[in-house]
Amino acid sequence: MNEDLRERLGEMLEQVTGFIYPNEIEIHWSILIVVYPYLTGLVAGAFILASLVKVFNVEEVRPTYRLSLLTALAFLLIAPLPLQLHLGHPLRSYEIFLTPNLTSAMAMFGFVYAWYLMGVLVLELWFEYRRDLIVWSREEGFPMSLVHRALSLFSADTSDAALAFDRKAIQLITVIGIPSAFLLHGYVGFIFGSVKANPWWGSVLMPIVFLMSAIVSGIALVMFLYMVLTPLRGEPIDMRCLDKLASYLFYAVIVDFSLEALDFIHRLYQSEESIHILGTLIASKLFMSLLVIQIFLGMLLPVGIMIAVRLFSLTAELRKLFYFTAIILIQLGIFATRWNVVIGGQLFSKSFRGLTTYKMEVAGIEGLITALVLLALPFGVLLVLLKVLPPWRKAAA
Amino acid sequence: MDKREFLKSLIVFIPAGGVIASLAKQAGAKAPEPAYQAKNHYYGMGIEIDKCIGCNRCVEACKLENDVPDEPFYFRTWVERYTIKKDRTVVVETVGLRKGKRKEIVEQEDVLRSFFVPKLCNHCANPPCVQVCPVDATWSTEDGAVIVDKNRCIGCRYCIQACPYGARYLHPKTKTADKCTFCYHRVVKGLLPACVEVCPTQARIFGDLKSQASRLVRFERLNKIHVLKPDLNTQPKVYYAGLDGEVR
Amino acid sequence: MKVPEQIKRLAVVIFVIVAAVLVTRYLIPASVVDQRVYRAASVQREVSREIKFAGATTCGDCHDDINTKKKLGFHKNLSCETCHGPSVKHAEDPSSGKPFAPRERKFCPQCHEYNPSRPTGFPQIIPTIHNPLKPCITCHNPHDPVPPQVPRECSACHAQIERTKALSRHALLECTTCHSTPTRHKLLPRSVKPTKPENREFCAKCHDKGAPRKEAPKVDAATHGGRFLCWECHYPHMPGEA
Repeated sequence: MNEDLRERLGEMLEQVTGFIYPNEIEIHWSILIVVYPYLTGLVAGAFILASLVKVFNVEEVRPTYRLSLLTALAFLLIAPLPLQLHLGHPLRSYEIFLTPNLTSAMAMFGFVYAWYLMGVLVLELWFEYRRDLIVWSREEGFPMSLVHRALSLFSADTSDAALAFDRKAIQLITVIGIPSAFLLHGYVGFIFGSVKANPWWGSVLMPIVFLMSAIVSGIALVMFLYMVLTPLRGEPIDMRCLDKLASYLFYAVIVDFSLEALDFIHRLYQSEESIHILGTLIASKLFMSLLVIQIFLGMLLPVGIMIAVRLFSLTAELRKLFYFTAIILIQLGIFATRWNVVIGGQLFSKSFRGLTTYKMEVAGIEGLITALVLLALPFGVLLVLLKVLPPWRKAAA
Repeated sequence: MDKREFLKSLIVFIPAGGVIASLAKQAGAKAPEPAYQAKNHYYGMGIEIDKCIGCNRCVEACKLENDVPDEPFYFRTWVERYTIKKDRTVVVETVGLRKGKRKEIVEQEDVLRSFFVPKLCNHCANPPCVQVCPVDATWSTEDGAVIVDKNRCIGCRYCIQACPYGARYLHPKTKTADKCTFCYHRVVKGLLPACVEVCPTQARIFGDLKSQASRLVRFERLNKIHVLKPDLNTQPKVYYAGLDGEVR
Repeated sequence: MKVPEQIKRLAVVIFVIVAAVLVTRYLIPASVVDQRVYRAASVQREVSREIKFAGATTCGDCHDDINTKKKLGFHKNLSCETCHGPSVKHAEDPSSGKPFAPRERKFCPQCHEYNPSRPTGFPQIIPTIHNPLKPCITCHNPHDPVPPQVPRECSACHAQIERTKALSRHALLECTTCHSTPTRHKLLPRSVKPTKPENREFCAKCHDKGAPRKEAPKVDAATHGGRFLCWECHYPHMPGEA
């Protein structure tokens, strides 16, 4: 047996308080499984933001429309990586598509993911960029012209009728896409929420809370990218767009906070058997990550900042500073939310009698460094996408 | 229809007839009768708490029989020791987990009652682990055992999370989920599971719920039966007699 | 109606994807996708695992003499392999070697060491003071483990009760004060049981007002405790508490 694993588990055994079932000493879902719902959450959130433009006609945020779609794509492409790295037999993962167990949320999620990637995101991007790709390819040289023509599937029709068709198609896809995005991340919440064995996870609210926190993190991410990329392009930040994004972010955080508060109050009021061990869990193991980072820094402080922005009329510079601070805090908070759900749910025993610890490796396939690389990779993919499918490039008519 | 057309239509019947005949022959020729018919059996286990002496021989035998890693992090079966003190607090520990180091010495006069509880996979009739496996690598056999196909398991660990009893673990060598199989390779040959075989006080009773003469059915007749976590509706098939309310 | 050019292009892509999926599916062997096939294969693999424990009935085929001796003694319900370990190799080919035979002192206490969680009546000893240094088999034949002398004290099997009583106000009372114990109980503990007091008058013999024993606390036996038996409230092995 791996010496390193034996040593780590031996150390963890010394730090158990109370009683845990002997097999519970190993924390099975590691930091990689914290990264995964964080990434898919950003996908859902970014897409919902994009849909605000196309379905709800919120014109103010149109400058971020294409950026949101590309962000969603970049993160969606990287999302399966933490899962693959975590599996005991990643080379057998094709079995999920060949012989899926239809009662398994994890198996069905594979199909939801494939549908969302191909049937919603890629399709919507194609319709959105098709005309521009044709026009760009005519003005460019090799190799980009070939790349763009291939991406447009060698389409050539730029007539008004074709463009009208594109617009209607995008509308239809987005209308289907909104529930699909809900399904995508709601399903991840369902994977946890349907586990009756674990009272920290098994709750009807879990998919909803996951989804709302996903929307919060997605909007915050797009705001972050917009605020970073626009100055890099040498353009001024559209404050109308930014303020609108911030107000949607504000509403989303309020709803998210209300849902989490509801979950908390409901648990306390019902006072089921698990309340004792969960209370100990929050007060001891999750004090920092839940009370300090998730709630205070990740929700209360950003909400306070955004209320301040609404109450006082501040200069654009000050608003940008406040927004940026709030966004960073929110991302930290949502990551902590995922940590608290995934790791927190494994820190207490299903006997409700004890707590264990999680010793995260630094190196190693499920270590901190791998997690950080996986968090950085989507940005790399996004950079490539921004080069190939520039969101703000003006195409000559 | 003229003669020519009639003969033409016959031609179709010859190969068709040949196909039908060979199919009928295949259906008629039965495979040789297998000795063990899974559908005639339905296995469960009974545990008498009042008989368990906590010697841990069942745990050792299981590890030997099933190549379970020796380390104290992987168990197909284990024994818990409960001590309920006079102030109604409960101290629980796993027997033999920390060799030589007793977790907590409870003074004699503080003890209200104390007993051992053997635990194992409950081979539930409504198993949450089978429900969540994404690749159909774990499933219930017709004769009531829940087994894992280690050639199919991808090691996602969802089943380990879904089991309310902590019965599953990830095998460090095969990197697949592993758990008690009721010693399936023994019971289909008429032997007892290793843990039942070596228990010195017959605290474990293995039986066939479909059998006319079964130690398990007698056990169910004579005792008030309890199962672990009945409110989760997993319908466990490990039945406890004399199970204390403090046992989770 | 003219089909838009976009639909034509997309249809080609979708067709290619669907075709690829169908072809791949067709090419995959049944053993990978057919549930009956792969489950049967899995059961086959499971069933062909190596057996390590032969089972008690197998040992009796050759070792009938030991079996005959064992089935009347206190270890009659033990499987041979409980102590001798997995022995299937020996059962298949006795010349391949003998199974493990425990001969050291540290083996037997795994079951017989005193542990308050063990059910009452199970014979338990404290290894450090029970004939120290001598291997257990010096005095106890493992296949018919009758103790060399009849145990004098009840604590040989009822250690937990004895130890509880030793800390209580009944410490100086012999067990036989309240439980009349036929000698045969020590040989056939499950069939021949000691008696237990049956009525209030029994305890009243010491605890009623005017009863002899000076140091026993006195109550009015006629009224104290209503119609209930004394031991329904007072634990006789640790009286003074309910």
